[in-house]
This record gives sequence, C-alpha cells and structure tokens, in this order.
Amino acid sequence: MISGKGLAILGLTLALSGSGAALAQETEAPPAKASGATVDHSKLEALQKDFASGPEVTAACLSCHTEAADQVKQSIHWTWDYTHPGTGQDLGKDNVINSYCVAVAGNEARCTSCHIGYGWTDMNEPPPQDANAVDCLVCHDTSDTYAKIPAGAGKPFGKEIKEGAMTNMGKPAQPVDLMKVAQSVGLPDRDNCGNCHFYGGGGDNVKHGDLSSALHHPTEAIDVHMAEEGLNFECQTCHVSEQHIWHGSRYNVTAKDTEGSGLPGQRRDVATCESCHGTEPHDAFSLIGFKLNSHRDKIACQTCHIPEYAKGGAPTKLMWDWSTAGKMGDDGKPTKAKGYETRDGKKFVTYDSMKGDFEWGEYLKPDYFWFDGQVEYANADHEIDPSGVVEVNMISGRQDDDKSRIWPFKVMRGKQPYDTERNRLLYPHLFGPGSDTAYWGKWDWNKSLEAGAEASGTEYSGSFDFVSTEMYWPVTHMVAPAEDHVACEECHKEGGRLANIAGIHIPGANPMGPGGKLGALILILTALGVVIHAIARFFGRKNMKEQ
Amino acid sequence: MAERTIMIYPPFERFWHWGQVILVLVMTFTGFRLYGIHEWIPYSQAVVVHTYSALLLMLLWIFAIFWHFTTGTWKHYVPTTNGLWQVMRFYSLGIFKGEKHPYRKAYWRKHNPLQAMAYLSLKLLIFPTIWITGIAYLTYRLWEPAPNSGFWIEIVGNLHVLAAFGILSFIVMHLYLMTTGHSVWKHIRPMFSGYDDIVLTETEEAYLREDEPRRIRDA
Repeated sequence: MISGKGLAILGLTLALSGSGAALAQETEAPPAKASGATVDHSKLEALQKDFASGPEVTAACLSCHTEAADQVKQSIHWTWDYTHPGTGQDLGKDNVINSYCVAVAGNEARCTSCHIGYGWTDMNEPPPQDANAVDCLVCHDTSDTYAKIPAGAGKPFGKEIKEGAMTNMGKPAQPVDLMKVAQSVGLPDRDNCGNCHFYGGGGDNVKHGDLSSALHHPTEAIDVHMAEEGLNFECQTCHVSEQHIWHGSRYNVTAKDTEGSGLPGQRRDVATCESCHGTEPHDAFSLIGFKLNSHRDKIACQTCHIPEYAKGGAPTKLMWDWSTAGKMGDDGKPTKAKGYETRDGKKFVTYDSMKGDFEWGEYLKPDYFWFDGQVEYANADHEIDPSGVVEVNMISGRQDDDKSRIWPFKVMRGKQPYDTERNRLLYPHLFGPGSDTAYWGKWDWNKSLEAGAEASGTEYSGSFDFVSTEMYWPVTHMVAPAEDHVACEECHKEGGRLANIAGIHIPGANPMGPGGKLGALILILTALGVVIHAIARFFGRKNMKEQ
Repeated sequence: MAERTIMIYPPFERFWHWGQVILVLVMTFTGFRLYGIHEWIPYSQAVVVHTYSALLLMLLWIFAIFWHFTTGTWKHYVPTTNGLWQVMRFYSLGIFKGEKHPYRKAYWRKHNPLQAMAYLSLKLLIFPTIWITGIAYLTYRLWEPAPNSGFWIEIVGNLHVLAAFGILSFIVMHLYLMTTGHSVWKHIRPMFSGYDDIVLTETEEAYLREDEPRRIRDA
C-alpha cells in the first residue's frame, strides 16, 4: 500500500532523476489499488479468457463464488419486486409507478438496462432464470470501463461501438474488454452504484435530487461522507450488505432509529445516521447539544444536516408535464428546447417532443413532511381522485407516533396520463424502436396506453386525460459538513423551513400567538393606564396651582 | 412620633432586587428574540443566555425564598384590607388633588396594602407561572412521550409568554409609581442605600434604639 504522500515523494524523486519519460509508459497499466484482498483476480486462470459475453464472465465468476448468483437473486436489485410488510402492496421497480417515465412495463429493454442481469426483456416474466444471467461486473468492475447499452436489457457494450453510441451516464461509449474488466473486479465503489443510481429517471440526477454525478468525485461541501479528500465513503459503507442484500430501503424506511450504533460488530441491519453516530449525536454536556439531541426525537438528522440538495452542478428535474408532449418542430420532426441554465452555465432541456415540458433546479431547499418511513404507491390497484393533485406515492407519518420524524423531501411535480373512466394512473408504452404502439415514434397516446396496459397486465378503458401529480423523494444524501447545518433561525422564525408542519410547537415561528396577543394587550392597557394617570396628575397639579 | 432614617432594605434584599432587575431585563431581551419579536442576536446565542440566566434567577429565588422565611420578611406580604380602600382611593382620586399618601410606612410593614398585594401576586402567580412553564419548556424531552404533549407544549409556550408580558407590565407600573413621590430619586435611593425615612412611634423608636440600634441612622 502506497500512501498519497509516498507517491508524491516517489514521483518527485523520479522527476528529479530524469526518469519521468520512462515512467510515463509504465503508468499505462492500471494503478495498483490499495486493497486488503487476498486474491489478485488478474492472476486467476479462469479469467485468462477472451470472453465473448457477460454471461460467460459470470460463469467464470461462479466457478469460484459458487453461491453468489443465488444470493444476488434474493436481492431487490435482482427481483425488482418487494412486498411491503405493512401494507402488503407489491412494490419494487417491477410494480411501482412514478412521475418520470411512469413505469418499466412495456419499456423493458430501455429500463432494464439498469437491471443487474442480462436479458430481462419482459416484465410479465420474472428476471431470467439462468444463473449466468446475473451481471457480476456492473457492480464489481473497478476498471471503470464497463458499461451497459442504454436500451440493451442489461447487455454491456462490446468491442465494437456504434458511431455516436452513448452510455446511460451520458458519455460517449467506449469498447468494453470483458477480460480486462473481469480481471479488475473488486468491492464496488461509488461509480459502480452510481452508474445506475445517479442516473435514475433517464439522466444525471433527474430522479432523486440527492444522487448525482457530483458524487463520483464529491468535495466535502457536496457530501461530507463521500468527499474524495475526506472520508471517501463508498455507498456500502452505510448501505451495509450481507450476502448481497443491502440495507436502506425507500419503501420501508427506518425513519427513526432508536437503537443507535450498537457495539462493534453489531448493527448490520440499517443504513441510518444513528447506526454510526448513535442516538445522542450532539455533545450532551453543552446546552445547545442537549437541545439538539432532543430535536433528534422528532426531527431527522437529514433535516438539519442537508440544508440543500442537487449540489455540485447536476440539477434535478422538478416538474415533468407529459400533457404537452408530441408537439413537433416546424420541420414536422420531434424537437427539443434548452431553456434552463445551471449556475456553471450548462444548459438543460425544458421541452422535448418525446416527453413534454420540464423544470429543473439545483442547490434546492428541501420540502419537509412527517414521515414514518412507510410509502404507498398509486399503482394500478389504487383509485385516484383526479379533481385534485394526485400523490403518486403517499408518505405517512404523524407528530404523535413514535416512529415519525420530520424529514426532508424532494417534491416532484408533473402531469401524467390517467384513465378518466377507471380513475387509475396509466402505464404508457413509450420505448420500442419499430413498435406500432410506442409513443416515441407513433405519437399516439391511445395506442401507447393500450399497449402499456397490456404489457403491465392492467386495464385501460380507452379514454384518458392528464392529471397533476406529486411524488415524494426522501433526501438523505449530500450531507453537509457539520458547520454548514441549517441554522436555528431558519426554522425558529415566522414562515421558516417547517412552516407547513402541523402538530409541533416551534418557538419563534408564531411571534404573536394567543399568549403573546393577550400579554401584549395587558402591556398596552397598563401603559395606557399609566399615561392617562400621568396626564390626570399633570392637570390636577395645574389646577391646584391656579387655585 | 418622629421621622427617622431607618434601614428597611438589608443588603441581601437589595442584592436580590438588583440581581433580579438585571436577569429579568436580559431574559426579556433574549426571550423576545426566541419568541421572534426581534432578531438582533443569533438564535442559539439567545437560547444559551436565556437558559443560563433562568438558572441563575431560579438559584436567586431559592435563596430569596429561604431568606423570606428565615428572616420573617414574608410577613410584609401578607395581604390585608386594612387601609386598602384608602390607598386605592388615593391613587384613583386623591393623587390628582395633591392629597398626601394615606399610608404610613412602618419598619415592620414597608409596603402599602395595594403594593403588598401587587408584589404578592407577582411572587405567587406570575413568577411561578414563568418558571414552571420555563422548566417544562426546557425539559420538554422528558415529557414529550406523554399523550397530547404536542398540545400541552403549546399551552406551556403561550403561558410562558403571557407571564413574560405580565412581568413587563409590572415593570412599567413599578417604574411609573416611582414618579408619584416627591422625587424619583427619593423612591430609588432606599434600594441602593437600604435606608428610608420612616415615621416612628415613641415605642418603636425606643425599641429600635434598644434592640436594633444599627438600623437607625441619625442625621
């Protein structure tokens, strides 16, 4: 293991001795990564092979890691299916609806390019059964050269790249040498997770707001835990895994962790702040620390420690209006307009014939809601009320239960298709080159929705309209350094950050409540009485003098 | 009957009074910051100053309560109707006609009946309200799991502020009444020096000269 300082000294010595030119060629080889591993995969015989496909690599992996595929297949990363233990609702990507491209069903090859497997082309079927269909490389590649074809149902790029091909990360695709990738494998780093999770919703930071390309190489100001120059956490530092199952769920969140950190070796079941920082994270022997620890009972750590999200130059999508999709340019062809510019001058699409109108934002203040960690989705099993704004996912939580805390959220707004007779959100078939029904190409909502209903196994009456929707995304990444916390007065004032939260008493948030009003009245009457008394004394004295 | 200069506010009472003045002013200022009436200092700073001042004031009150009972001073505050009507009549009528104050201050009873009642209600009603609600506020974490705590903290907060305005109203009245004597200074001076001019009966004077000679300051 060579430390950074050691490398710098070595480099300086070589440069001074004039051997820099010779070294330049040697540095072509990937730098030896500091790792505690006892296996150098590049030395393994099973991996000395010119692999022709992903599954071939997986077969080689499984020749040693015999249980890995079985483990992966138990995880939500594989199944995209999750039955909520409380509500019994079927969740997971296989089932949920959202306010971006709405749903996976019908759009498989595009959406399943982020499945950790190869060749899941039909959501009506479970993921491919073959053990070799598990994609080990997407998570374990450390060469940073492995990428999946954006509409390839999980298939990676090959040695030949089509002109102009792009990755899901929005970068020009590079040829993938599967042998080199297979020999590079190691524990996942932020890039492995991020190459899918940072680009959810169809692009950089589109979906979450707190998960973006800025986290590939973040500064401390962007994320104090993942900062490259600081703690440099990987995702699984917090999202601990056991047998390829990860902790930290978006459907069944531990909104309030009362257990804390536990003893060394314990607590491998949550990704909460408390699991490292404990349940009394502030200095209990200072007055402010004592007060902050008591805030923790009802306020999530994230609420104060993530003053803003969508930091670091990657804006997030805040509004997506599908109802305006389909307008063509003057040439009769699909068109795009870039109407949003970030602080550092990057332009983003605000109208796209394929998708409608968008709004973007960066460095955003979250919205705050009570949250007990439970989320229900307005899937096909859920009747909606189209007269108001429909919540695509419904978060629950109250002041007076012991599970809820006030959490920060990104609120995604939009308009999306619903069935006007059945009052259900609809599943559009968007993607499908050469398809007769895909909206992207045929521009016919009716056909798209009919095909989407069929693909998702839901119903469609034949009449649709667009309904306004809102969707809630808990903000939990992009934690700021401690000193950049949300200041007390940002909530403890009139119209502060938590102004919309019911059921709590925030000193300073209601400067003239009933007690204040009555008190001020008493004070004013007292002062008035004093003034009248003083005037009466003044005139009384005057009268006496005149007499 | 003769007017003598008598010690009626011993050192501890004066220390208690002026300590209370400083702490109450500091707490009013920081309290109004916390309540959102002004934003002249950072919120967290106001929390610290307000809380530590409160702890000091409570400590002072503990000493004061002890002092009241051990010295018998509490007797000054026992409410009485004896002379109450005359005092009320004076402040609402006589004072405008230049009448003399009807109350004769005694060294064993330094407040007029109205004044004693006002102080008593401050001590038994307003002060306890503010410190009980203040302690409840400070220790909210301990009773937050109780049912309806979200409702009760609202009550606590409002009562706390109401009591604060009550104290402020008292201060306004207190300061105004200082102007009703011959001179303002004549009213303030005893709180610094401890001595005030008191009319003594012959037996009172004889008693003081015999038993507590230090309380009489001869000109």
